[in-house]
Amino acid sequence: MKQPESNFRNMVISLGGITIVAAVLLSWVNGVTEAPIKEAEFKSQTAAMEKVMPQHDNNPFDDKFTTTINGTEVTIYPAIADGKLAGAAVESSADGFAGKIAVVYGFEADGTVKDYSVLQHSETPGLGSKMQEWFRDPQGKRSIVGRNPGTERLTVSKDGGDVDAITAATISSRAFLKTLDSAFKAYMEYSSNQKGQDNE
Amino acid sequence: MNKIKIFVNGFIKENPTFVLLLGMCPTLGTTGSAINGMSMGLATASVLIFSNMAIAAIRNIVPDKVRIPAYIVVIASFVSLLQMLMQAYVPDLYSTLGIFIPLIVVNCILLGRAEAFASKHGVIDSLFDGLGIGLGFTVALTLLGSVREFLGTGKVFGLAIYPESYAPLLFILAPGAFIVLGLLIALVNKLKSSKQC
Repeated sequence: MKQPESNFRNMVISLGGITIVAAVLLSWVNGVTEAPIKEAEFKSQTAAMEKVMPQHDNNPFDDKFTTTINGTEVTIYPAIADGKLAGAAVESSADGFAGKIAVVYGFEADGTVKDYSVLQHSETPGLGSKMQEWFRDPQGKRSIVGRNPGTERLTVSKDGGDVDAITAATISSRAFLKTLDSAFKAYMEYSSNQKGQDNE
Repeated sequence: MNKIKIFVNGFIKENPTFVLLLGMCPTLGTTGSAINGMSMGLATASVLIFSNMAIAAIRNIVPDKVRIPAYIVVIASFVSLLQMLMQAYVPDLYSTLGIFIPLIVVNCILLGRAEAFASKHGVIDSLFDGLGIGLGFTVALTLLGSVREFLGTGKVFGLAIYPESYAPLLFILAPGAFIVLGLLIALVNKLKSSKQC
C-alpha cells in the first residue's frame, strides 16, 4: 500500500481519524478507572489517619472540622469513644526548606502526641527527608511521641526548645515542629470548645 | 530482518541510555533508587512497545506531512492510558513516579524510535524493536539506580549492605546522577572497545 499524498483532505481525514480513535479510547479507560482512582486516594488518606489515631467508634471523616491557626489551614478528625472525645488526628502544614510539608498527628485526649505520619514533603533526600523516622527515634531528645506540647517546649534546641533537630537540617526540623505547634493549638481549641458544649 | 537481531540491536548496540544518550531527563531524575529506576524503565518500555506497534500499523495511512503530529497523538494517548491505570491500580508507585509519567510523552526515545524504526518497518519488527530498546532502557536505569542507591545510602533494592552513615549522600542527589552516568558510559565504552580489538 502506498502512502497517501499530503494534500489537505488526506491530512485532515487521517489526523482527525487518529484523534477521534484516541479520544474514544481515553474516555473509555477514564470511565473504567475513575472509581478505583478515587478509592485508592481515599484509602491512602484513611490509612495514614487510622495509623496515628486513638481508638474510636465514630467515623472521623463525617465529623471533620477545619480551622485556621497561624495562617495555615488545619483539619481535625476527632476520635470519639463512648460519646467522649478520645483524641484526634490533626492534619497541618508549613513551608519547609524546599516546599510544603504536610503532617498528620495523632493526639490523645489531653494533647499528648500519640504518633505522626508525614503525608507530603519535598525536603532534600537523606537530610530533611529523615523527618519521617527521626521524630519517633527514642535516641537522645529526637522523639516527640509520648510528649505533650502543652507542658514541654517542643521546638529545636537552637531555639531554646527541647527537641534535637535533624543533623544538618534545622530548617526542615523547624518547619516540622511548626506543623506540630499549629496542629496542637488547633486541637486544644477544638477540645475546649467541645467540653464547653458538653457542660451546657 | 531477523527478529533476534532487532532485539539485540536495541538492547545493546543502540542502547538508548549508554549509546544513543536519549531520554536523559527521566534517566537522571528517577534513578535515586534501584526500584524507582526499574519502574520508570518498565513504564517507558510498555508505552514504547505499544506506540511502536500502533505507529507501524498506521504508517501507510498517514500522509508524510502530518506524520509527526499523528505519532505524538498516539504516544500521548498511550501515556495517558498508562497514567490512569497506574493511578488506579498501583497508587504507591504512581505517587513516587508521578510527575515523570506525563514526561514520557516528550521522551525522545519514543518519538525517535517511531521516526527511525516504526515508520519504516512492519508491526512485528517494531514490536521487537520496542522490546529491545525498552528493556535496554530498563536495565540501564536499574543499573544506574542500583549504583546510586548503593553509594548514596548503602542499600540495593532497600537491602542494607553497609551502614548508611558512611554513605556519601551526594550520589542520591542530582550531581551524583551525572557522575554515575558518566562513569557507567565510560565503562560501557571501555567494554565495547576491548571487544572490537
